[in-house]
Amino acid sequence: MHLYNLTIHEARSLLGAGEISAVELTQAVIDRILAVDNDVRAYITLTPEVALEQARAADAVRAGAGPLQGIPIAVKDIICTAGIPTTCGSRILENFIPPYDATVVARLKAAGAVILGKTNTDEFAMGSSTENSAFFPTRNPWDLERVPGGSSGGSAAAVAAGECLGALGTDTGGSVRQPAALCGIVGLKPTYGRVSRYGLIAFASSLDQVGVLTRDVTDAAILLGVIAGHDPLDSTSLDAPVPDYTAALTGDIRGMRVGVPREYFVSGMQPEVEAAVRAALQKLADLGAEIIEVSLPHTDYALPVYYLIAPAEASANLARYDSVRYGLRIVGTSLEETYKQTRGQGFGPEVKRRIMLGTYALSAGYYDAYYLKAQKVRTLIKGDFDRAFEQVDVIVAPTSPTTAFRIGEKTEDPIQMYLSDIFTLSVNLAGICGINVPCGFDAQGLPIGMQIMGPALGEMTILRVAYAYEQATDWHTHHPPIASRTSRAH
Amino acid sequence: MVLTREEVEHIADLARLALTDEEKERFRQQLSAVLEYAARLQELDTEAIPPTATVLPLRNVMRPDEPRPLAPREDILANAPEAEEACFKVPAIWE
Repeated sequence: MHLYNLTIHEARSLLGAGEISAVELTQAVIDRILAVDNDVRAYITLTPEVALEQARAADAVRAGAGPLQGIPIAVKDIICTAGIPTTCGSRILENFIPPYDATVVARLKAAGAVILGKTNTDEFAMGSSTENSAFFPTRNPWDLERVPGGSSGGSAAAVAAGECLGALGTDTGGSVRQPAALCGIVGLKPTYGRVSRYGLIAFASSLDQVGVLTRDVTDAAILLGVIAGHDPLDSTSLDAPVPDYTAALTGDIRGMRVGVPREYFVSGMQPEVEAAVRAALQKLADLGAEIIEVSLPHTDYALPVYYLIAPAEASANLARYDSVRYGLRIVGTSLEETYKQTRGQGFGPEVKRRIMLGTYALSAGYYDAYYLKAQKVRTLIKGDFDRAFEQVDVIVAPTSPTTAFRIGEKTEDPIQMYLSDIFTLSVNLAGICGINVPCGFDAQGLPIGMQIMGPALGEMTILRVAYAYEQATDWHTHHPPIASRTSRAH
Repeated sequence: MVLTREEVEHIADLARLALTDEEKERFRQQLSAVLEYAARLQELDTEAIPPTATVLPLRNVMRPDEPRPLAPREDILANAPEAEEACFKVPAIWE
């Protein structure tokens, strides 16, 4: 067993028993990054000196003094880290060094975590493959010719490849759950407002939420417990008590009602994905859950609703990149030309596409037909879930309609790329929570993920089901073959 | 095609984005395709449905207006493309 492949809870036990030190653990993970990241390219910025200093500090106090004492964690590069560049995968913020920590980063530090660096992302989290990063695409550790999913693809690939023990990501339309599915790990998107967004660089403010990517469900419960909770600096954070999420890990789901939405099992899905999720549902039934068919009748409208609301909010949020206080400046012949040249050259194609789409949807004459209409249909989508959760405790569906696709396969056709989020978008529109758990592999050895959705503040419930399933299967114990390939290359 | 070249130029102008001719044509086609896809929303009768701007039950969250320490000024100014003394420096707006 390599130290870099430990789960957070295994590492905590070894640190607590004095069998390893935080410095040893951190060094093992840094060595692993140096060995494989030339291939995977999960990190935009690595901070090994900072990490080792934090590890030494962790070793200097009693083991277990904080819930993440000495645990090496990666942070998506859209979350502000004081003194460490935060680029959002964009040229426009290539040289931005935040003067403060995001609340989630401050909470990681207070819990004793060791921060390894910043992971790659689609530019401003806009994408489903991490190919929209302005710097380089991240590769899937299970097959380096394929995408890791996105937009938190760097975080997902890092967790899967042993380049950190857990990571923070963000999920606006599936950006934690979908890459977790494509990389064969656990990814949890909390309820909107459950985790502070202070210091998370805004994409779509009514949808954005920080989530966690881990190797198993226990680690997701631990990491969520650290970052969840009210924050006076984020007026949209919920002032609800944070339960002990690990208390949900009982393994007992007898009598729980699991909903299966018929609209999520549609033609066009990769047959192996459907088969794996159906088999997982049978496993849940074997464990004593009651499987109930439910209907979410407005599912087909989630994609157009999302791709009007998210770009509209993005076009407003990204108006701040005016080259005055931070970011790139390309001087033009007038102030207005300076704005236009800076933004025209600083933003990549997908970001410009969404700013354009959002600007159009909000513009005079089109607001009612597009933006307002989308907000009304959002009400219907949320209503679907409200009704379903009167009948069932959780809803189970595939996370992604396919396993990891090839790099370059969908970059020329935005709608094809957008369709990879078809099963995850609705959760953000409804503001509820969801978790991806690995549930199999396709014929090419690529991971398949199952999504367990719960109502607002239903994190305990989805963790309970996810844990029971995980304990009854061994998918989460598989590691990608990245090590053998790299050692051959040397 | 939903969008004309002139509309694409107008939107780019509103969004303060300088686009190349090639980008204008590509965005015209791609945005038109997305808008055609979005047209399916018109199938639904939403006359009596209120819009959802936020899923939260919160409204008008207030806090006491008290000063709190911010990041050091020099760290904030260090990110500016141009700064002078304690100010962000911007191009002249008029001569």
